Amino acid sequence: MKKLSLLLLMLISCTGVFAADPTVQMDDALRANGRIYVVVTIIAIIFAGLAIFLFAIDRRVRKIEKGN
Amino acid sequence: MNFIYQTWWKVVAVLLVFSSLFTGLLLSVPTLPILHETIRNLYFHVPMWMGMLTVLTVSVYFSVMYLRTGKEEYDLAAVECVNTGLFFYSLGLLTGMLWAKYTWGEFWSGDPKQNSAAIAFLLYCAYLVLRNSIDEEQKRGKISAIYNIFAFPIMVVLIFVLPRMTDSLHPGSGGNPAFGKYDLDNGMKIAFYPAMLGWPFIALWIATIRYRIRLIENKKNTLN
Repeated sequence: MKKLSLLLLMLISCTGVFAADPTVQMDDALRANGRIYVVVTIIAIIFAGLAIFLFAIDRRVRKIEKGN
Repeated sequence: MNFIYQTWWKVVAVLLVFSSLFTGLLLSVPTLPILHETIRNLYFHVPMWMGMLTVLTVSVYFSVMYLRTGKEEYDLAAVECVNTGLFFYSLGLLTGMLWAKYTWGEFWSGDPKQNSAAIAFLLYCAYLVLRNSIDEEQKRGKISAIYNIFAFPIMVVLIFVLPRMTDSLHPGSGGNPAFGKYDLDNGMKIAFYPAMLGWPFIALWIATIRYRIRLIENKKNTLN
């Protein structure tokens, strides 16, 4: 787990290096409206992750309850 | 208590909140001075307090049930509801502070709403301290249940009544309009109501998980 999070941290720290070329237009849905959709997607991912995490905890507790 | 083991309401709660993330961030909102886009905070900050209020209400119910029956599970349910409630309380305070920084100018400007929310927060912290300071189980259960029942109406008065009677900057207080005025001619209800319904059930869900873990721990401790 520690190694995995360290790897993730290193990967994230690399992303800032690539500078975007302003002359190249790469328009897609996520870049529209001041790129608010990026934020929306990120928040959605975080909440979905938390929900899945909660469901997983719920299932684990259920398993332990059955064992007792 | 079979309700807490069912899955359907957890799925509904997740879907409600999930939908409010998209509608809350993307649908158009009234353009108002000072507030600007922070009006969307209504969909995220206010439901935290709704979640807090819901689990604390449930906690009072279990405190009353504990005093009536003396069953230990009710005591455990009450304390886990307060724990979850305090978590949502902190989220409400923090999100409110961040919003206040960009609308009122300071994280903490000593506004009546902020001050009384802080007092009520300490009130519930005192509940946990009081609880943990008593070793004998029945005594602990009874005293903390009675404290909890009295703390709840004081918290409600402090947060939802007193700030409205004085000059508070918070929307809904001291002549400031609450959301009721904004959402009449707008689609804000589409995001606001699902959030207000979904988040309390998320809070309840977390409380039930904590309660179930607490039950297992309790069983283990009494066996040894």
